[in-house]
Amino acid sequence: MTGGKVVRVRVDPEKCQGHNRCKALAPALFELDEYGNSKEIGDGIVPEDQLEAAYLARANCPEMAVEIIEE
Amino acid sequence: MAQDTTRTRPPVTDWTTDWDHLDPNWRDNPYPIWDDLREKCPIAHTKRFLGAYLPTSYAAVKAIAYDTKSFSSRRVVVREVRPEPPMPSPPISSDPPHHKPAKQLLLPPFTPDEMKKLEPRARAICNELIDKFIADGRCDAAQMYTRHIPVRVIAHMLDVPESDGDQFIQWIHEILELGITNDEILMKAVHEMSMYFAGYVEARTRKPGDDLISRIIMARQDGKPLPPQEVLGMIRLLLIAGIDTTWSAIGSSLWHLAKTPSDRQRLIDEPKLMPTAIEEFLRAYAPVTMAREVVQDTVIEGCPIKAGNMVLLSFPAANRDPAMFPEANKVIIDRQENRHSAFGLGIHRCVGSNLARLEMTVAIEEWLKRIPEFRLDPAIPVTWSEGTVRGPRQLPFIFG
Repeated sequence: MTGGKVVRVRVDPEKCQGHNRCKALAPALFELDEYGNSKEIGDGIVPEDQLEAAYLARANCPEMAVEIIEE
Repeated sequence: MAQDTTRTRPPVTDWTTDWDHLDPNWRDNPYPIWDDLREKCPIAHTKRFLGAYLPTSYAAVKAIAYDTKSFSSRRVVVREVRPEPPMPSPPISSDPPHHKPAKQLLLPPFTPDEMKKLEPRARAICNELIDKFIADGRCDAAQMYTRHIPVRVIAHMLDVPESDGDQFIQWIHEILELGITNDEILMKAVHEMSMYFAGYVEARTRKPGDDLISRIIMARQDGKPLPPQEVLGMIRLLLIAGIDTTWSAIGSSLWHLAKTPSDRQRLIDEPKLMPTAIEEFLRAYAPVTMAREVVQDTVIEGCPIKAGNMVLLSFPAANRDPAMFPEANKVIIDRQENRHSAFGLGIHRCVGSNLARLEMTVAIEEWLKRIPEFRLDPAIPVTWSEGTVRGPRQLPFIFG
């Protein structure tokens, strides 16, 4: 929850190619499968202290696979 | 060595219609050439190499990398000859739908967690190398340091003698540099590599270990093991793809730090910056240029592309595109937004990207710990490789 808004991250599995940049920048938000492809952990809700990491993960994904959804 | 092939080549008359990546000007400093082309003609063409395109904008490189229908990976190096059929080395030379199953065999041994297991040996290798020259107060870092790190780490992964590394480097030089213009040298090197590894494959088929060769032998595709020729092809590919690429990336990074004391000091003062700095070195000095074969006519960024040509897929040029990276020609070691394409874009993302990052990080950290002060030796020139992989091959440093 940030200012009443819920922020979530999501990895588009069609776009992810396993560069692992999100995992390196925001290890609390992403997990890898056995092939190294990434997925958001759980429901992808970003705690306030992880917001910066979430935006960095998006800004460094070469495949534009990391989405941030503000509800 | 590498310079021999360029000596006899006709000089480039116009880079937009007659480009040549073996030209000495490209080899020594390609960045102004790419900047100029990106402005004038973001997809250049040449009649050399039996016809080939050269995209230099990020948008064009990305569009081509994503369009696997028009751009086949059956050939991944722009050469002067195009033997039929091309030599398959899956998954790098595979297109959909064959690509994914082949790639999935190789991905599990290269995840970040797997790479962490290699870190102690990688650090030890770096220190063993530094021990040999630190007392001299100087060294050729390309020949005495960066060259040996990836080859010893991969030998360790394959569980073959690290001392055979010089032989691996010679084969790769013959395949990736001399092989562009000389098919005979290339085929001989491929044959010798196959003979070398066939013995290991046979022994580990009988008695597998936990090394990478055994893992490839034991991998199953549709429930079946790979034919021996494919096992050998994958091992060859791992060596070819994993050695002078990372050798080059480490070398370019140290070259940058030798001539930029402020960045060197900052990395020593703020070690947490290392991961961001590594990504910036990968962007600015991306070593690897791939290729595609155009298999159907198409249009990229408004430019008609004709089947039968090759494409020199320059990820390094894409990484210098100011439309994608502000101040693209400046190395900013704390760059926050960095979607660089050093490991490719799309389905052919480099399998060994986590290994390359580990080797770069360890090599630079251990170097800075032992040799925090160093500079280029003004009396000896820095020289660069030519062809598909770009990095320093002579890198004279003075310490202190």
